Amino acid sequence: MFRLVTLFIALSCANVSYAAGMVDDPILMMVKIDQLEIGDDDNSAWGVQAWIGKDINKLWLKTEGELSNSDVEGAEFQLLYSRAIAPYWDAQIGWRHDIKPEPNKDWLAIGIQGLAPYFFETDLSLFMGEHGNIGLRTKFEYELMLTQKWILSPEVEANFFSKNDPDIELGSGLSDIDIGLRLRYEIEREFAPYIGIEWARHFGNTADFSRQEGESRTSVNWLAGVRIWF
Amino acid sequence: MTKHTNWLVTPTTRRRFVLGTSSVIAGAALSWPNLAASTEQVMRAPELRGQNFNLDIDYQMVNFTGKNRVATTVNGSLPAPILRWKQGEKVTLRVTNHLSHDSSIHWHGMILPTHMDGVPGLSFAGIKPGATYEYQFTVQQSGTYWYHSHSGFQEQTGIYGAIVITPAQPDPIQCDRDYVVILSDWTDEDPSDVYAKLKKQSHYYNRQERTAADTWDEIKDKGVKQTWRERKMWNQMRMSDRDISDVTGATYTFLMNGQTPEQGWTGLFNKGEKVRLRFINAAAMTLFDVRIPNVKMTVVAADGQNIEAVTIDDFRIGVAETYDVIVEPEADKAHTIIAQAIDRTGFAYGVLTPDVNMKAELAELDPAPILTMADMGMNHGEMTDMVEMQPMDMSGEMGHQMDHSMHLAMASEMGSGKAGYGSDKAIKHKQTEFGPQVDMRAEMPMYKLDDPGIGLRDHAEKYGRKVLTYADLRNLYQTPDPREPEREVQLHLTGNMTRYMWSIDGVKYADAEPIILKYGERLRFTLVNDTMMSHPMHLHGMWSELETGDGEHIPRKHTIIVQPGSKVSYLVTADARGRWAYHCHLMFHMLSMFREVRVI
Repeated sequence: MFRLVTLFIALSCANVSYAAGMVDDPILMMVKIDQLEIGDDDNSAWGVQAWIGKDINKLWLKTEGELSNSDVEGAEFQLLYSRAIAPYWDAQIGWRHDIKPEPNKDWLAIGIQGLAPYFFETDLSLFMGEHGNIGLRTKFEYELMLTQKWILSPEVEANFFSKNDPDIELGSGLSDIDIGLRLRYEIEREFAPYIGIEWARHFGNTADFSRQEGESRTSVNWLAGVRIWF
Repeated sequence: MTKHTNWLVTPTTRRRFVLGTSSVIAGAALSWPNLAASTEQVMRAPELRGQNFNLDIDYQMVNFTGKNRVATTVNGSLPAPILRWKQGEKVTLRVTNHLSHDSSIHWHGMILPTHMDGVPGLSFAGIKPGATYEYQFTVQQSGTYWYHSHSGFQEQTGIYGAIVITPAQPDPIQCDRDYVVILSDWTDEDPSDVYAKLKKQSHYYNRQERTAADTWDEIKDKGVKQTWRERKMWNQMRMSDRDISDVTGATYTFLMNGQTPEQGWTGLFNKGEKVRLRFINAAAMTLFDVRIPNVKMTVVAADGQNIEAVTIDDFRIGVAETYDVIVEPEADKAHTIIAQAIDRTGFAYGVLTPDVNMKAELAELDPAPILTMADMGMNHGEMTDMVEMQPMDMSGEMGHQMDHSMHLAMASEMGSGKAGYGSDKAIKHKQTEFGPQVDMRAEMPMYKLDDPGIGLRDHAEKYGRKVLTYADLRNLYQTPDPREPEREVQLHLTGNMTRYMWSIDGVKYADAEPIILKYGERLRFTLVNDTMMSHPMHLHGMWSELETGDGEHIPRKHTIIVQPGSKVSYLVTADARGRWAYHCHLMFHMLSMFREVRVI
């Protein structure tokens, strides 16, 4: 990992040039708290992405997770080197670490993130975990501008795994699908409270694990949250 | 109007210039509700004459929006003092930098030795904090020019002012009053924050984005099928037809001679007088569309150089361009001067009035422009592709636009290759144009000299207003260098709007080799705009002779707008040795859409 960071810093600093005394490509940092929300079942969740870097090369941090009655149920971190490879696409590679559910898991993450035709924000990740388990995550989001301030944003996420992992109740094949619909109001570009609804369902072996635990395989939640970036 | 005649010769003796004296009373002429107190703090631009000038660059507190902000100014004035020079005289300008950063002054459009050009890194090392740089050169030309800092974002924060040069020979343009009208954009934000925001979210300042309501209206109007077809190309390309300006009225306050729209700038005139207005676009990022409702403007000079007079109702002024116009307003009323931002998110405002107590009616803003397929420089093949569902059906808006653009192409595609008539060379996209830094390439860019540009195209039809186009520009004098171009340099203006990266031929300045010109050669530059923004391109040190279809009277410019998805050609005589800057004059494009031109 340190090698990655070093590589990144080297790539960033290699090209400090000036156009008539101006830096065209400064090192910038962006933190995007896309989701910070509480559901009607008192569960809360976060989804944050942050990057530091320049136009082409960036260091990217992604984290998401959820709390149930102030206990962390799931918490995942990804630290990625990201490189612009096409006008709308970044290729990403790095390390994913799951703190919860226990036991901790480490994955090699390889992904592609960007904007697909028809303005679908897309994040496709392949995770290579311990014992040869391979996960695939596909995420799509669309932003429908109702007005300049009201934005309706549907989102779909699906997770697949190559193997069963009973420790963390994940089954092979299609594991889960989450469909969310969030309506936000941009008070400022950077600050937008939202309400939403999320439908989630477990499939296949994952659903079986849920049933064994006495959990329902489908959940529907109303949400309220805030989207912040800076 | 015949060529080479001194038009507008008037028997009245020319009066003393009254510039500036009227600004103080601007407030009295208007009854806007929230007259900000900024005039007290920002001096109106004083006039400096003679051959020796001391210019001091320093910080200055200003207030354009109700909030105090620190600007950078010359001699405590925003805009900077108007410098009045005489053609043929040697001027000495001692510029002292009191800032805590390097500074510089570039004399925009002036023909001078390279080390006097004021571009840090090319002409000289810049002016260090506390240091003084002495500029000295002989004024070779006459007309309206301007000066600005070429360091950091200091131009955005106030270092810009007018240069007015009296010709050595009697001025063919006679007038009774002579005003500088300098247009600019002000933001309370730190310009480097603006740049960072654009890099993080390129549409940050666009509050006129396409909404579901727009699409719904189109569906009601044209049906689902046609709407889908029209949206298809935009959606596939991931581009917005509402992407007009990167930085908008959402953060900008537009200024006329340093006055906000609430204050308004005031120019006085008496009955029967001819008034010369020297418009200068000193904005960082804003192209303006200027008009004086119900008053015809006669354009007599472009970028300081006299042209054959052309009478119009509206003109677009790109960042860094200048236009001199003559007006003879009716004396019994006050007339609004309105400079609308190209995206219509605001305007700069002034009034021409015979009496400070007379109010002018505020003009309505035109509708915000919407980009069309023609602005992408699409070729016919792709157009057919796009309508593959019904390839023969070219009716509807898109078909109309195609017809329109084809018509324009035929009208203005000169391509003879002869001096004054544009290039006949094929358009080639270099390998370097392919990569994450370039999101679009115009497949069939055309000359659009007679195209008034986005947002102005329907003015003749809709309002009966004639809009100035580049096709109207003819030099008042013979082309000084009648040689045919020996060669052609084709450059593509490129970018990725989403990533907010700008470049030339896909290569940003930091990675680019200089363009080498041989001293004395005559060559052609053809610029192809592979983006959907208008780029005002400025070549330092040498004239850009815009090929508008008359080899005998090629107009000389220093800054040329290249319209989206189009091309433009101009001739250059490499008569100035040294290292020169060549760049897009939009401040946040310039950092990377920039080349060194080296004449050896």
